[in-house]
Amino acid sequence: MVACTCGCGEDELTKQLDKVIDEYRGQPSGLIQVLTKAQNLIGYLPLWVQTRIAKGLGVSLQEVYGVVTFYAFFSLIPRGRHKIAVCAGTACYVKGSKTVLKTLREVLGVKEGQTTPDSRFTVEVVRCIGACGLAPAMIIDGKDVHGRLEPEQIPGILEQYA
Amino acid sequence: MKSLEELAKIKASRREALKIREGIPSATEKAHVMMCGGAGCISSNCKDVVEAMQASLAKNGIADQVQVILTGCMGPCDMGPVAIVYPDATFYRRLKPKDADAIVEEHIMKGNLVPRLLYRAPGAKEPTPKVTDMDLFAKQKKIVLRNNFYIDPTNIEDYIANDGYVALGKALTAMTPAEVVEEVKKAGIRGRGGAGFSTGMKWSFCAASKGTPKYVVCNGDEGDPGAFMDRSVLEGDPHSIIEGMAICGRAIGAEQGYVYVRAEYPLAIDRLSYAIDKAREYGLLGKNIFDTGFNFEIEIRIGAGAFVCGEETALLTSIEGKRGEPKPRPPFPANEGVWAKPTVLNNVETWANIAEIILKGADWYSSIGTAGSKGTKVFALAGRINNTGIVEVPMGTTLREIVYEIGGGIPRKKAFKAVQTGGPSGGCIPAEQLDTPIDFESLTALGAMMGSGGMIVMDEDTCMVDIAKFFMDFIVDESCGKCSPCRIGTKRMLEILERITTGKGKEGDIELLLELGNTIKSTALCGLGQTAPNPILSTIKYFRDEYESHIKENKCAAKVCEFVE
Ligand SMILES: Cc1cc2nc3c(=O)[nH]c(=O)nc-3n(C[C@H](O)[C@H](O)[C@H](O)COP(=O)(O)O)c2cc1C
Ligand code: FES
Repeated sequence: MVACTCGCGEDELTKQLDKVIDEYRGQPSGLIQVLTKAQNLIGYLPLWVQTRIAKGLGVSLQEVYGVVTFYAFFSLIPRGRHKIAVCAGTACYVKGSKTVLKTLREVLGVKEGQTTPDSRFTVEVVRCIGACGLAPAMIIDGKDVHGRLEPEQIPGILEQYA
Repeated sequence: MKSLEELAKIKASRREALKIREGIPSATEKAHVMMCGGAGCISSNCKDVVEAMQASLAKNGIADQVQVILTGCMGPCDMGPVAIVYPDATFYRRLKPKDADAIVEEHIMKGNLVPRLLYRAPGAKEPTPKVTDMDLFAKQKKIVLRNNFYIDPTNIEDYIANDGYVALGKALTAMTPAEVVEEVKKAGIRGRGGAGFSTGMKWSFCAASKGTPKYVVCNGDEGDPGAFMDRSVLEGDPHSIIEGMAICGRAIGAEQGYVYVRAEYPLAIDRLSYAIDKAREYGLLGKNIFDTGFNFEIEIRIGAGAFVCGEETALLTSIEGKRGEPKPRPPFPANEGVWAKPTVLNNVETWANIAEIILKGADWYSSIGTAGSKGTKVFALAGRINNTGIVEVPMGTTLREIVYEIGGGIPRKKAFKAVQTGGPSGGCIPAEQLDTPIDFESLTALGAMMGSGGMIVMDEDTCMVDIAKFFMDFIVDESCGKCSPCRIGTKRMLEILERITTGKGKEGDIELLLELGNTIKSTALCGLGQTAPNPILSTIKYFRDEYESHIKENKCAAKVCEFVE
């Protein structure tokens, strides 16, 4: 079993998770909504979370696992404190997202899908973040869009995230 | 909302308050500053400019006489952050927080333009201050984006001021459901999600279907990896979606709607759920709307990142909370959709057209566009082009007009090579075809596709084989694996493309790609597989020489591919 390690005590986290589940308790159709919120809360979807959600909504664990592994948004493993999502949509690709990824690999020493050993960054590749006009772009922590990226700027951008 | 009179009252009073945005000076207010709050401008830090502007207004003691409003995407993302200052409708671009004082103290207080922040057309000496005079906008026609210079997307009364919810009132009080369906049919609007099926026909099938309850669904998955039109509409004018869906609910006899939005679009989800709450508060959703006994509710469903979920049967399965795998059709959603009940599913942009069609009539709508494709189309222009961003043009506009007149041409004097439309299901259109008027038929005839509206411009530095590989890589990633032509066939195509782009291509590879491509097209289960070979087939059709020089001479003219010896 994976338990919460953030120091808040698993109980507190479980309580918050239950609140998320309550909204759709007994409704299998709410599975994706609940998983999305649970992941936003906990950062990823360990087995204990999936088990609790399965019970709460009345679906099998197998089905929950099947959904979690189908959608790119869900993660089974913990991620870094900051999530760097590099856009590899068409516009960004045409304008050089390959170079952005290469620079990140050099600066952070990790590849797409990996987390730095100090748990500071997870690097991911996503498809179009809707900032095509500013290609090539990346988005950090789901909200900060950095566009018109030049390799030289990247270390400076990363410094803003401790 | 109990009556049309009540709506008219809100409209009249709000319109009065917004006169300044129509260019009529106001006695109590000096200006409205509409600051673009689209994704592009937000990432260019427009919020800092808003703060600076507010600070400057406060410093000058006129904060109560000027409104600063964050709108949805205005289109010219490349020039962001951009703003329009009313009543003069002056367009300012590339704003920095330090520019706030100039706009407040010079423009707003003294009435002088700030020349250094104005737009200049390429090659022009004089700036073009007025937004309506800009070449960039002159060629556009805004139906879907009708509100994007005008309203605060978080203010339902702004939407009402510009005739919002009048069409719903009309559909509920002055038309029968059959008349609503007929009007949409007569307008000739075709689905904007890619396939271009007649929206009115779709509604009429669902209206005729026996099962109950029925459902109305909005496809906001926007899976094309290079497109952001639907997002702009959801963020910039969420009520236009709500109104369109409610009108359909009335037309087909549904009381429940779902909007499926990708989790990657948090702002769109926020704006839309706020709009739904407001609509409910104003009695424009919920029970007994306009006191006609009509009930309608909308719920948001989050898409968790799978391209195939944009496909209708997969999307409907995903709404049920399951793995979004497609199903064979028939049955079509109009007969068996969500929970196997009759369902109308339309794209975001399609929904945004509906209220205008009901309000202004089918004849008005069908007077815009070409013989087979009516109305306008929104495109997301990106890639190697000067003016990147969102544009809306009448169907039948030529690619040349879009790329050169609206898009401002190719940067750094490079040569135009191709435009890619339709994303991973579409194809490339070469320079020889720039004068083709764009509509559903013409693009399909060229081996491309209207698609949802992503338009990526490529120049001499783009390698077409590499682009083909890019799309195939995307497809292999996104194939759900249910049918073998798509799961295995696309993988084989990718391997061949990888071979060619690393200098290991063999004689006969092109023929093999063609054969595989055509087989997958005719045997795959869903639209994803059936269209997946298009980017490869179309690049072979127009740029076969590039494939050949890769294979025979180990040469990549664009110097993109790295050959290993
Ligand atoms: C693989 C695949 C992906 C699709 N992605 C989208 C999408 O992201 N958005 C969309 O509106 N339609 C998408 N479609 C088209 C839908 O299946 C459907 O035709 C459309 O949403 C119907 O609405 P419309 O008639 O208003 O276009 C996709 C189709 C396929 C085959
Ligand atoms: S392709 Fe990168 S933001 Fe759209």
